Amino acid sequence: MSVNADLRKERAAATFQPELLTHILDGGPERTRRRKEIEALVLNDPDFQHEDLNFLSRSQRYEQAIRKSSLMVMKLREYGIADPEEIYWFKSFVHRGRPEPLDLHLGMFLPTLLTQATPEQQDRFFMPAWNLEIIGTYAQTEMGHGTHLRGLETTATYDPSTQEFILNSPTVTSIKWWPGGLGKTSNHAIVLAQLYTQGQCKGLHAFIVPIRQLGTHEPLPGITVGDIGPKFGYDEMDNGYLKMDNFRIPRENMLMKYAQVEPDGTYVKPVSDKLTYGTMVFIRSLIVGDSARSLSRACTIAIRYSAVRHQSELKPGEPEPQILDYQTQQYKLFPLLATAYAFHFVGAYIKDTYHRISGDISTGDLSELPELHALTAGLKAFTSWTANAGIEECRMACGGHGYSRCSGIPDIYVTFTPSCTYEGENTVMMLQTARFLMKSYTQVTSGQQVTGMVSYLNDLSRQRIQPQHVAARTVTVRINDPTSLVEAYKSRAARLVESAAKNLQAELNHRRSKEDAWNRTSVDLVRASEAHCHYVIVKLFTAKLAEVSDAAVHAVLTNLCLLYALFGISRNAGDFLQAGILTSAQITQVNQHVKELLAVIRPNAVALVDSFDFHDVHLGSVLGRYDGNVYENMFEWAKKSPLNKTQVHESFHKHLKPMQAKL
Amino acid sequence: MALLETSRYSQGSALGSVNPDLASERQTASFCVERLTALLDGGAEQTRIRRAVVEAIESDPVFSRENQYFQTQNERYEAAVRKAVHLQKKMHEMGWTENGPEYKYIYRALSGDVAFLLHRVFMRSISVLGSDKQVAKWIPLATQHKLIGSYAQTELGHGTYLQGLETTAVFDTATQEFILNTPKISAMKWWPGDMGRSATHTVVFAQLYIHGKCYGIHPFILQIRSLQDHSLCPGITAGDIGPKMNFEHTDNGYLLLKSVRIPRENMLSKFCEVRPDGTYVRQGSQQINYFTMTTVRISLISDEVLTPFMKACTIAIRYSVVRRQSKLKPGEQEAKILDYQTQQEKLLPQLAAAYAFHFTNNYLQELFNRGYAEIHRKNFDMLPELHALSSGFKAVITQHCTAGVEICLRACGGHGYSLLSGLPSLYTKILASCIYEGENTILLLQTARFLIKCFMAASAGQPVPPSVTYLAAMKHGKCPAKNKLDFLSPDIYIEAYQHAAVRLTSNTAAKLQDLIQSGVKKHDAWNQCTVQLVQAAKAHCHYIAVKNFAETVEKLETKAGIQKIMKHLCDLFALHGIFSNTGAFLHDGYTSAAQMDMVTASYLDLLAVIRKDAVPLVDAFDFTDKCLNSALGSYDGQVYQRLYEWAQKSPTNQMSPAYERYLKPLLHNTLSKL
Repeated sequence: MSVNADLRKERAAATFQPELLTHILDGGPERTRRRKEIEALVLNDPDFQHEDLNFLSRSQRYEQAIRKSSLMVMKLREYGIADPEEIYWFKSFVHRGRPEPLDLHLGMFLPTLLTQATPEQQDRFFMPAWNLEIIGTYAQTEMGHGTHLRGLETTATYDPSTQEFILNSPTVTSIKWWPGGLGKTSNHAIVLAQLYTQGQCKGLHAFIVPIRQLGTHEPLPGITVGDIGPKFGYDEMDNGYLKMDNFRIPRENMLMKYAQVEPDGTYVKPVSDKLTYGTMVFIRSLIVGDSARSLSRACTIAIRYSAVRHQSELKPGEPEPQILDYQTQQYKLFPLLATAYAFHFVGAYIKDTYHRISGDISTGDLSELPELHALTAGLKAFTSWTANAGIEECRMACGGHGYSRCSGIPDIYVTFTPSCTYEGENTVMMLQTARFLMKSYTQVTSGQQVTGMVSYLNDLSRQRIQPQHVAARTVTVRINDPTSLVEAYKSRAARLVESAAKNLQAELNHRRSKEDAWNRTSVDLVRASEAHCHYVIVKLFTAKLAEVSDAAVHAVLTNLCLLYALFGISRNAGDFLQAGILTSAQITQVNQHVKELLAVIRPNAVALVDSFDFHDVHLGSVLGRYDGNVYENMFEWAKKSPLNKTQVHESFHKHLKPMQAKL
Repeated sequence: MALLETSRYSQGSALGSVNPDLASERQTASFCVERLTALLDGGAEQTRIRRAVVEAIESDPVFSRENQYFQTQNERYEAAVRKAVHLQKKMHEMGWTENGPEYKYIYRALSGDVAFLLHRVFMRSISVLGSDKQVAKWIPLATQHKLIGSYAQTELGHGTYLQGLETTAVFDTATQEFILNTPKISAMKWWPGDMGRSATHTVVFAQLYIHGKCYGIHPFILQIRSLQDHSLCPGITAGDIGPKMNFEHTDNGYLLLKSVRIPRENMLSKFCEVRPDGTYVRQGSQQINYFTMTTVRISLISDEVLTPFMKACTIAIRYSVVRRQSKLKPGEQEAKILDYQTQQEKLLPQLAAAYAFHFTNNYLQELFNRGYAEIHRKNFDMLPELHALSSGFKAVITQHCTAGVEICLRACGGHGYSLLSGLPSLYTKILASCIYEGENTILLLQTARFLIKCFMAASAGQPVPPSVTYLAAMKHGKCPAKNKLDFLSPDIYIEAYQHAAVRLTSNTAAKLQDLIQSGVKKHDAWNQCTVQLVQAAKAHCHYIAVKNFAETVEKLETKAGIQKIMKHLCDLFALHGIFSNTGAFLHDGYTSAAQMDMVTASYLDLLAVIRKDAVPLVDAFDFTDKCLNSALGSYDGQVYQRLYEWAQKSPTNQMSPAYERYLKPLLHNTLSKL
């Protein structure tokens, strides 16, 4: 079928070449080529085809996922794909961006063996795990305990007489709960438990625990394991529970590269291990990238559909206009489009910085790690919150049809939304960043200089001569200049960091305990972190502009960057007004300029989502199809619904007919 | 002081006593929970009737929602049909009638999980749009369920904008029939509830053509399935539109018409009639149609929006005093998560909003009843105001509550994502309310149109409806607050809200005029101002909600601590609104930067005050455990045991074919061959 006329018209009117922008997002034309090559390997492979998942039950979806995962592992090796990013692409095409039951085996079990197992343990476990004779998961979270690791209750008590650890789940709240792949798939788990030896608790340690019989896959005696039931999405994943009753494992199953328990029960302390820091940074940086991709997918669907959908009357007597021509629709979608681009660049920045610093880790220079760790915590929270809300906004912008699963957006949402909670609950993450900001602020007030993204705090000491907020700055903000807007965001962050620090000090002056004072200031602290992250994002987006050589692409990205920055000011006008960074008149100008930018970006909207370059299969949306033939395909899709399997539904004979006969 | 017996709430499992962390919260309530429940119900007698209905429904196993989270779309649909059929019997048995005092509580007791809701819309549209003769013919058939009705308006390509519908009804004088057609794919009826599988009849909206001339959209009664074997009638293609985010129990359907003929008498003809010779006649006033939309929008606020929102608050707040996480003080037990300021900042404003909107809903109901009485006296003067308020509040309340339920979900950490928490299904259901019965942005623009019109009229000294008289009184003063306690005075914050609302409306009106005077066409100018117009409409509704809450509190009984706690909630609702939208209040300097710091301080102080009564405040909503259907939110707070028991019932724990089929070959060395 040919491409919908509206979309054809949109694409013809674009002022830039979408491929050039795709190259920038991928990190160069060569990366784009390779990505598409891998995409084709998966898409052209009949083994990876299946029925639309929307029509399958949860059990069936799990089954499909496990089938594809096993094939995937074989084919990755067959094709010799070993680069982590290329593995990520392959996996995400196979599973179309959804989680899968082997995620924790590949992403946590194997890497943990590599980093925390002794050579002897690697010999015993790594190859079987590599060959999937052992499938493992990583069991940390318990029913009653999440983010606060020290609160975990599972115990591992060493018995020197048999040289075994006895594992127990002493309470209901200590049952391991949520680990992916634990319910049905895994036969082993790395379990985090409080280690007791010689009558003393030595804190949390990791143990390799077999949970199912090799061969029969039946749970082992002393192990209770199962699926935690249906969730908001994640149908493919068997998130599980695990309860252990006096379950014994040999001493050699404690991961002992760092801490050790000797045969007689003597505990040997680990040398401090900063690498775990690195792992957290890495995983959180993936979530930032995921925020960008998920939001990009939702924007692609909503913007293409808004170009195809016609509704109401804009001008009397004329045909119904594309809904993308309504200012309110543009105001919903274009700032999100700009946000998606901003987050792409932030994700790339963290990844690059992480790689640069992890080079230093091996050579021993870890000085930048605390800041990166603090920054990624906040950015993980900031981007996942924003993307989460943005995906929902995109769905709402598609009206009723967005609510149908055929739009694909419900699926993007449920797959993405848990990232606000996992790998560090977002509010807790924001408070981690705040802790770093407060520390930096204290350094500055005590006369030390700070470096990196927080260096703007150094200016605060210079401004201290003026008792009130620095009103003189107002005239300097130029709302057409991204660099000037970066300065405005910087002032806002500085002001909110300072205000939170002062409030914290005031609470302490009331002789409250440190923890209590912190808690009573935490709303302010979260705001300060948000402002800091917002500044970093605007700064990174602006910095990216300088790297773009193609004039047409540069122009369109500059507009997006301006929209991102100005929309943020408009939405947080109170902060800028209260700090005296901008006047009411300037805010009015900002609001006006946002609306002008909407009109400027409008002709390029479809090309800007085309640049994300999502294949239709990966997008999984009838509304967002590249060819825009929405309605025909909605009808085709609906016909496959399970309720339509028979012309007359069985409940007619069971319930309706008897009722009609009686009444 | 919670006077309810806990036994009423226990779910018959091995779970016993109330979790001490939850029990202790109830001992310190500053007010009488039972009295607050009565206030919410509109009197102790109403509470009694409601509880009797809930008891009757919940004790009947056919209405059980146990295991609902494990069911497929097909199973959910079947259960909903079974319940709908059983409900007829139950009502007869209990002596409940459609006009009786019990009726409005049935839906709440069933948690809406029942089929044939569109049957009532079908009946209502015939009553409102049909001639006396049509009413006499169809209503008895529908009442006796000889047929099952639906309501087919929305099309695949057309939603809110009715004039854009494409289905056609061509009058054929020779046979005295209308010929119905779906001329193209975008004209297919899409979304109507109960139409995919259940309905035998529907009211279908189509463009009427007589002798080649189009007369616009009209309603027709159309039979779509056989009354004998339920097969589709000739010329009809119909089916289910496939899975959605929720409403698995409803068979939302599609309908495609190919030269389907219906008799002339099937056009609903209270307002327009086609005579046998093809003459088109209009009769009576159509304004009553607007009134129907208003009715639906107001009625959905309570059942579809406030109830789920209050449930979400109940679940999240109860769970937040059971869940402990990290330590607030070294050496102490891990703290209840509700003791964290950030958790209070998420949940308590939602609780305040639930109460605020409950009172807004009362205000709208009252206005509506007055309007209804006036209309019966053929006075339509109140209609524009009613229409504007019901549109605006439908949008503002659905949007706020939808966001609120999501906040509750995410405030429950990982467990919030489990379907067993009850929160995901509350969320996916409530969010549909932002779109049906008028997409929210479009509704807000309707309110804005009314505001602009009234502002112009008021500026010209003409009289305007009571809710907008404030538009005439733009004052250029400053906020008089001197310290943070001043912001606990309703006069101060109501004035601030009023100022912001007037400013937004008057600025937008001025901008519109400027554009028009500079030569921009009226509709273009309107489109260029829509972002601002939406903001003005929201500010207007927010102002009315705050004002109404404060006025309601003023009139409450001072006994039993009710007025005091409601005053706190009102303050919180108002200050949270300012705190989260500071720009609107700082703009033009009405509120100063220093005053904004006072707002923040007062707002944060209030969180700690309301924290103490948080659990009694959700207990007062009086949801039974069966109604909440949540492992996290039950009255006894035995969260973890329940979560564990329920999870074990999951079908995924019965057997897993995936092991034999895929895992076994995988684990048994197929890979090592590589």
